[in-house]
Amino acid sequence: MKRLAGWMLSSPATLAVSLFLIIPVAATISVTFTAPGGLLAPYAEFFDSAFQRTVLWRTFEVAAITTVVSLVLGLMTAYVVSRCPPWMKSVLIILAVFPLLTGVVVRSFAWLIILGRNGVMNNTLEWLGLIERPIALLYTQTSVVIALIYIFIPLMILVLIGVLENIPDDLLQASASLGASPTRTFVQVVLPLATPGLIVGAVLVFTASFTSYATPHLLGGTRQMMMGTFLHQRAMVTFDWVSASTVAAIMVVVIMTTVLVMTRIAKRLNPMAA
Amino acid sequence: MSRSIHPALIAMTVLVYIFLIGPLVIIFGASVSDTTFLAFPPQGLTLHWFENIWEISAFRRTIVTSLQVALVGTFIALLIGIPAAYALNRHRIHLPGWLSTLFVLPILVPEIVIGFSLLRSVNVELGVPVFASLLIGHTLLVLPYVIRVISAALASFDFSIEEAAVSLGSHPVKTFFTIVLPNVRSGVIAAFILAFITSINDVSVSLFLTGPGISTLPIQILAHVEQFFDPTVASVSVLLMMLTIIVMIIVERTLGLTVVAK
Repeated sequence: MKRLAGWMLSSPATLAVSLFLIIPVAATISVTFTAPGGLLAPYAEFFDSAFQRTVLWRTFEVAAITTVVSLVLGLMTAYVVSRCPPWMKSVLIILAVFPLLTGVVVRSFAWLIILGRNGVMNNTLEWLGLIERPIALLYTQTSVVIALIYIFIPLMILVLIGVLENIPDDLLQASASLGASPTRTFVQVVLPLATPGLIVGAVLVFTASFTSYATPHLLGGTRQMMMGTFLHQRAMVTFDWVSASTVAAIMVVVIMTTVLVMTRIAKRLNPMAA
Repeated sequence: MSRSIHPALIAMTVLVYIFLIGPLVIIFGASVSDTTFLAFPPQGLTLHWFENIWEISAFRRTIVTSLQVALVGTFIALLIGIPAAYALNRHRIHLPGWLSTLFVLPILVPEIVIGFSLLRSVNVELGVPVFASLLIGHTLLVLPYVIRVISAALASFDFSIEEAAVSLGSHPVKTFFTIVLPNVRSGVIAAFILAFITSINDVSVSLFLTGPGISTLPIQILAHVEQFFDPTVASVSVLLMMLTIIVMIIVERTLGLTVVAK
């Protein structure tokens, strides 16, 4: 009876996820195995094309740079915020939550105003006399990376504040009273304890930037195509659904592998569990 | 707090916060600029671009669609998510371990892949109308947040209260609505707000599920930016930021913001 109740109550949600996520996504992936030209032909085609290899490689590169920069800046910021007096900490947390709740489109659009031909950046550089006429800042890999860091840094800061707050203060006091300098305490006590949390934050930012669409679309255009924008182009512009499905399948494999491997590693590295 | 922080770290933090807030201030400035192109600092002051939103029918239409989809999608997600979260807490031992993994799949699988797959299977193959497909996509998108937030609220609920009511003869369904639900009310509010905001801001799922006359606001913003570089989008962005501020005030009044920050 109780067993039945559990199943009954969870069945609508289970059914929704099965019918509208598992089956459609499985269908998308299975298309790539039954396409004409033999098994794995769509994949052979994908990796044979220098252009498509570049798109995949660029996506990796952009996601990796975004992750590393957000991690470093996020950790420094989160460290300072977590040591602030309570009222200031609340203000700083609210200032990080606000951009996070503001949409990706709005926040990417801000960088169009900043990096455009007559944008804030070009005007400032001209005013400073560093350049004579506007330079092309948009539709470069750098513009995509800057905007992605901007999008994901609040998430990283909030995750890492949580991680740092979970470290018992006693440990830091013990380290200090035993004569360790703040730097040494940070490197030898804080960092090892924070590593699993850092990995969680890194995985979140890496997977989100790897699969992003709006930011590379607005700031990279067709010149800096990433997997997300490429999938959309194949599906809605050239209507090559087999190719789009192949891109989708590669994205799923990359994301699932990253999440599975990294959560394993994070669990293993947890010094509190040992 | 007592330990000193290196000045370089503090300087770095200040820069990070300028980086975080600066672009939003620039959007605000650009939205009131009396120019036909996006300019910051604003040249002249006008509210013309805010009026312009209502004059462009595509914006009017997509604002309504976005609100409809976010409200109805969130409502359906609560309707199926609350019982699921309850079952996961109350009947965990009777349910397989993979069930909670199943419910995080909509976050784990790339959104853009979900959108494309829904277009292929649900919209094209099954012939489900665009608006209904859009609703299905958004319900899926917010379901994990609903289940996670409400599960967290239920985890701190003392189920012996519920058992006491049932053993005193109260009907289990009535007990749920009079005892359990009121006790996790703040969780339901938090879930609703998180789901609503996620849905309103979504791009990747909606991207594929638009049709003649049906689109969401973020997709319309992308389309408008491609053709016009006028400040209309800046003023739409300001409206969306105001919505965020209103939501944050509601959250602060009802739950306290630190709840959401977690």
